[in-house]
Amino acid sequence: MEKTALLDLLRQKFPREVKEAFTDLGDEVIIIEQDSLLPVVKFLRGQPHQYGLLLDLTCVDYLGQEPRFEMVYHLYSLTQNKRLRIKTRLSKKELRIASLTELWKNANWLEREVYDLFGINFEGHPDLRRIFMYDGFEGYPLRKDYPLRKRQPRLRLRE
Amino acid sequence: MPEAKTKQPPAQFITTQFNHILGWARKFSLFHYPFVTACCGMEYMSAACAHFDIDRFGAGWTRFSPRQSDMLLVVGTVTQKLAPVLRIVYDQMTEPKWVIAFGTCAVSGGIYDNYAVVQGIDAIIPVDVYIPGCPPRPESVLDGLLKLQEKIQHQDQEWRWKRRRY
Repeated sequence: MEKTALLDLLRQKFPREVKEAFTDLGDEVIIIEQDSLLPVVKFLRGQPHQYGLLLDLTCVDYLGQEPRFEMVYHLYSLTQNKRLRIKTRLSKKELRIASLTELWKNANWLEREVYDLFGINFEGHPDLRRIFMYDGFEGYPLRKDYPLRKRQPRLRLRE
Repeated sequence: MPEAKTKQPPAQFITTQFNHILGWARKFSLFHYPFVTACCGMEYMSAACAHFDIDRFGAGWTRFSPRQSDMLLVVGTVTQKLAPVLRIVYDQMTEPKWVIAFGTCAVSGGIYDNYAVVQGIDAIIPVDVYIPGCPPRPESVLDGLLKLQEKIQHQDQEWRWKRRRY
């Protein structure tokens, strides 16, 4: 477990929010608290680190564990050519996390995708509705407890 | 007597039935509409362009409006979200019309046996010819076209002043 200057700085600056900080597969990873996403990300996005690019934002369903859902954010710094992964677990009672749409425009559709397929609510999202599935689709298909053979056709099928 | 063999009769004629000649005319003038949604579209382009040249079989004209076309090529994966669009496109086509399911996804859903994909477009619209393959080679596309031509030739044709037996 290698220690880098950024991870040490994050541990000192956010002692309560950052639960773990380590490097994995050459990238820096931090695990933070559910309600502290915005301050940590705002700090990383500003000077001097300039993690100015939100590469991806997704969710993982660990069925059977508690807390069950984990949000994963991938940031990229164009000036440093470095990547940073931020993970946070969502408690079962409140499947909600702060929206990043005020910081990145592309977070809008990425968060709609996670809302569509996993049912995570993003607080502060301007237009939180389904993006892939159609109106009237029930359930969240990428959750592990969605039935494998469940079909919800939009049209009445022939035969 | 070689002279008699080479000499042509003064008038040549053939006898046929109107149903057959209409089928013969229709099978060589297929205007097709490509409903391309996925990677099979590359094979469609290959079959339609000069290397394999679907125009040799009389289906060279691509009409990008379903209202002007006879043959609907459903090329690629059709999701549940897209199913109403495909139904609308099919309903807009004028009679007579034929449908080819192009590729495994259009035939049966293919590898996408999941919540999002229609398991074969015959659940939405009637299909005349199924072309399997992931994606099908242009040769098998042309083979499917020939099978459709055979079907058109031998089917019961419809025309406007056709006498109907009720």
